[in-house]
Amino acid sequence: MNSHAWLLLGLYMTVLLLVVRPLGLHIARVMTMDDQATPVSGFEGAVFRVCGIRRNAEMGWLNYALAVLLFNALGLVAVYALQRLQFWLPLNPQEMANVSPGSAFNTAVSFVTNTNWQGYDGESTMSYLVQMLGLTVQNFLSAATGIAVAIALVRGFARHSASGIGNAWVDLFRVTVWILLPLSLLFALFLASQGVLQNFAAYQEVTTLEATRHGNAKLDTDGRPLEDDPGHAVAEPATAPTQTLPMGPVASQVAIKMLGTNGGGFFNANSAHPFENPTPLVNFLQMLSIFLIPGALCLAFGRLVGDERQGWTLFAAMALLFVAFAMAAIVFEQQGNPRLAQIRVGETASVSTTALTDGNMEGKETRFGIADSALFATITTAASCGAVNAMHDSFTPLGGAVPLVLMQLGEVVFGGVGSGLYGMLVFAVLAVFIAGLMIGRTPEYLGKKIEAHEMKMTCLAILATPLLVLIGTAIAVMTEAGRAGIANPGAHGFSEVLYALSSAANNNGSAFAGLSANTPFYNGLLTVAMCFGRFAVIIPVLAMAGSLAAKQRVAVTAGTLPTHGPLFVALLIGVVLLVGLLNYVPALALGPLAEHLALWSAR
Amino acid sequence: MRTLLRPAVSLFVLLSLLTGILYPLLVTGVARIAFPAAAGGSLINRDGKPIGSALIGQNFTDAKYFWGRPSATAPMPYNAAASSGSNLGPLNPALVAAVRSRVETLRAADPDNRRPVPIDLVTASASGLDPHISPAAADYQAQRVARARHLGIQAVRQLIAENTEGRDLGVFGEARVHVLRLNLALDALTP
Repeated sequence: MNSHAWLLLGLYMTVLLLVVRPLGLHIARVMTMDDQATPVSGFEGAVFRVCGIRRNAEMGWLNYALAVLLFNALGLVAVYALQRLQFWLPLNPQEMANVSPGSAFNTAVSFVTNTNWQGYDGESTMSYLVQMLGLTVQNFLSAATGIAVAIALVRGFARHSASGIGNAWVDLFRVTVWILLPLSLLFALFLASQGVLQNFAAYQEVTTLEATRHGNAKLDTDGRPLEDDPGHAVAEPATAPTQTLPMGPVASQVAIKMLGTNGGGFFNANSAHPFENPTPLVNFLQMLSIFLIPGALCLAFGRLVGDERQGWTLFAAMALLFVAFAMAAIVFEQQGNPRLAQIRVGETASVSTTALTDGNMEGKETRFGIADSALFATITTAASCGAVNAMHDSFTPLGGAVPLVLMQLGEVVFGGVGSGLYGMLVFAVLAVFIAGLMIGRTPEYLGKKIEAHEMKMTCLAILATPLLVLIGTAIAVMTEAGRAGIANPGAHGFSEVLYALSSAANNNGSAFAGLSANTPFYNGLLTVAMCFGRFAVIIPVLAMAGSLAAKQRVAVTAGTLPTHGPLFVALLIGVVLLVGLLNYVPALALGPLAEHLALWSAR
Repeated sequence: MRTLLRPAVSLFVLLSLLTGILYPLLVTGVARIAFPAAAGGSLINRDGKPIGSALIGQNFTDAKYFWGRPSATAPMPYNAAASSGSNLGPLNPALVAAVRSRVETLRAADPDNRRPVPIDLVTASASGLDPHISPAAADYQAQRVARARHLGIQAVRQLIAENTEGRDLGVFGEARVHVLRLNLALDALTP
């Protein structure tokens, strides 16, 4: 790591540390507002009356889960319908055609589950109306769902002898309106001031300085590409004197895409696109906005359970894991690609891999260089964001393994908004259980006895995603349809499939994007992975919240394992890594490890 | 279930209107008043006509222009309506072949230049629309451009320096040269 990388990482962690506590306290305050006659409660009261919501009606876990599922099902229908009907709807200046059923359903599930996998190319597929009323809305509402579920679980720990875990409607409303919307508004305006597009104009055609000469696929009379030899398309020379600049309401979507750890870009190239991420300064703030709410939620948790040390403990475990992975990614990407350094045209080495932007620059932008790209990749996959500012498919084998492994750890290193906190709390329960076995005491966490029911739910929540990833990958590589999508030869091709399933099941949404995933096979397989990866975790978590809330609080004694401080941080990190490695080492050996050995050994 | 249906539907409609219509409209309205150029695509005009965006790179192959990063967009490079990287893995033979052929093209355009080619000049960018190259990549091409335009090397280096920005606030990202602005400045000097 060079001095620039150290400075960048240090600055990032410092700024993050400064902002998470104030925001965390704000979140805790918003989620526990009572009926005092503030101006806010007057507005809320009016909304709740119109919607038929009784503010103080507590829900049991089952009702809470049903409410969340119903709310998300409505989102699914809306996003699907908007895509299927977009040609006839307004705000479609490019006259985009209706999206095919398979792709539309995949995208709908993807945005509802906070995955935001992009099987489509934004700038050539989606109308402005779909981007706003379909995708932007789900960026907000899927994020609100995650936070609401996390807060419900926290209430399970904070309450005792209670039958309810909160009111889902009140939680969803408050998260969206008092947390996500104000932050997004500020961030969107900043982005628009820096060059991120925000308009409703049609795409703009400009005459470029030099005309672009290129080959165009020659078509036969039926409009099919002509082939001379089998498989070789005939190209005819063409000249393009103009360039078509895409337009659209980008900033408003990008703001919540980052803040809500959604990650679905307005454009195909996502945050690598200069219109989505124009400068390194914007890039830094986009990185910060990814961890902002997941980090703050740790502190909100501490405040809500009445012991801020508990929140800092989770934050510390996440931060330590993150910094280690970030350093690894930067180091591997700065090492560059030895195959390119071996190229000889004439006598001498022909490619300098030690210029100013040294390292592996394939699939990276000049303005970000290596460090800011590798750091972004680590952040976006540690959190379940999935926005990318570089093409992960072109990373070095181990540089690309960093995002892969971070997703496979279950998206708990800050993780998605809400889902990172409830995921890490599930791991904390597992950690006290394992510690309890070692010291021979009944496990307790935050004054709640951890019993058989909680452990069943913990196991379901922790094992759901590895099963989806490993079985899904196995199916994909054993079938013709699955192998057909692979773009790169060798071990890297396997990594592409493993990455896709890891990303979908853990609701990340980034990709080794060479994989052609907009096919019936992958649209179907990944839809299943995204759906179960989201709700097969949410439902056990809510069930656990319900049973925890109903429990008595046990008194702290000399024999109670403290769940704050360095010892528990180490235990928590150990459990997260242990579960992750036990699940995934064989698969990782077949993909990135094999590729790394091949890259550096054979000459 | 019925008790859940009314709040679900009404809250969903309400929040959709708020976050999907009102919020983007508000951002657009403020942006149009406060920073219309930035929110409108950062267009660059020459003789009163837009000839590109300051944020989007263009394709250059003429020896008299500085060349930008290779672009993997289809069907033509720097297709701003279809951003994309190459997604070639590090061991993919197609990557090595592509880099080799780019080196050969650069060498053929400037046979006397035996220096190693800076990596960013022979690898495709993530978006396919990268507007920048590294200062090293600009310096590598200075001699070729000077010869093609019958300019002194110092005049060309001067223009490179004028179109180079350092790291943002001294810490973020990398130093970079704006290819389109540099080429416009060259055209203004020797049409």
